[in-house]
Amino acid sequence: MSLWRGGEEGRYETYKVPLRENQTVLDVVTFVQRHLDPTLSYRFACRVGMCGSCAMTVNGRPRWTCRTHVSRVAARGQLEIGPLENLPVIKDLTTDMRPFFEKWQQAKGAFVPSRTRREDFAPIRPDTPARIAADAAIECINCAICYAACDTVRWNSDYLGPAALNRAWTLVNDVRDGATSERLQAVAASGGCHACHSHQSCQELCPQQLNPTASIAGLKRRTMWAYLGGEI
Amino acid sequence: MNVRLYLWQRLTAAVIAPLVLVHVAVIFYATRKGLSAADILARTRGSLTWASFYGVFVVAAAIHATIGVRNVLTEWSPLRDRGAGLLASAFGVLLFLLGARAVVAVVLP
Repeated sequence: MSLWRGGEEGRYETYKVPLRENQTVLDVVTFVQRHLDPTLSYRFACRVGMCGSCAMTVNGRPRWTCRTHVSRVAARGQLEIGPLENLPVIKDLTTDMRPFFEKWQQAKGAFVPSRTRREDFAPIRPDTPARIAADAAIECINCAICYAACDTVRWNSDYLGPAALNRAWTLVNDVRDGATSERLQAVAASGGCHACHSHQSCQELCPQQLNPTASIAGLKRRTMWAYLGGEI
Repeated sequence: MNVRLYLWQRLTAAVIAPLVLVHVAVIFYATRKGLSAADILARTRGSLTWASFYGVFVVAAAIHATIGVRNVLTEWSPLRDRGAGLLASAFGVLLFLLGARAVVAVVLP
């Protein structure tokens, strides 16, 4: 296997690791760090596909390494593992995730409550169209795989990216949220949802099988009607 | 691209799509019937219908292409929104002038 070593100006270095019957890409990266080179930097936490911190580029595609089996992605017994694309490289396999999360904030990705703690719980019917749309997009683990896979992010550094827009879509459909107009304004600006080309790499590679392209298409429609109605 | 440009691009596309079909049909008709330039000009000169048809076509195409070229420039060149907008607008004006000149040439009596 070859691993990216160094920062932006680094290079791939080759390592030999034992091929086991049942191992993940994260297992072999960990093997290198534990047995061959303790200076290797990479990021992981939960190891069970919940935390979204171990995403890397594996044989050219962004993947969650803790849930990606070597047998499924190795090409003729070879693996090439690098840091996620479209994000600054800190060292080896770790990227600076700040641009990714800053764009979540730009897209108004934080819930804004419309009730106070003194009021009762908001009743949410699970079978309403808005809740169904929110539920379909809600299970994002912030792994940035969609962001690394997106051509538009690569071409347009201002583009908010699939994850931030997908998050905005869930909040636009959350009847408890009190900042819909501000959020629609944020995602309808330059670099927002209308920059998406619908290439669908995000939905093809999302490890949670979410469809950010569909969420972005929903935002395009929603912002268009809000614009025509004078809301934004 | 923002929502305003997105809307204009979609609206102009909706206008252009049927016009392109009619335009292509006219080309087929003219070539299959073997119409000469004089035959065509005899039909178009002084025609308010053809003046409106191609007038709308030119305006819609100029707006549509300007927005598209602006997007290409923001993604594929070092230009940012403002620079790309100015350059694309200049291209759009040129496109409109060339188109308007062609329309005037075939419809003015």
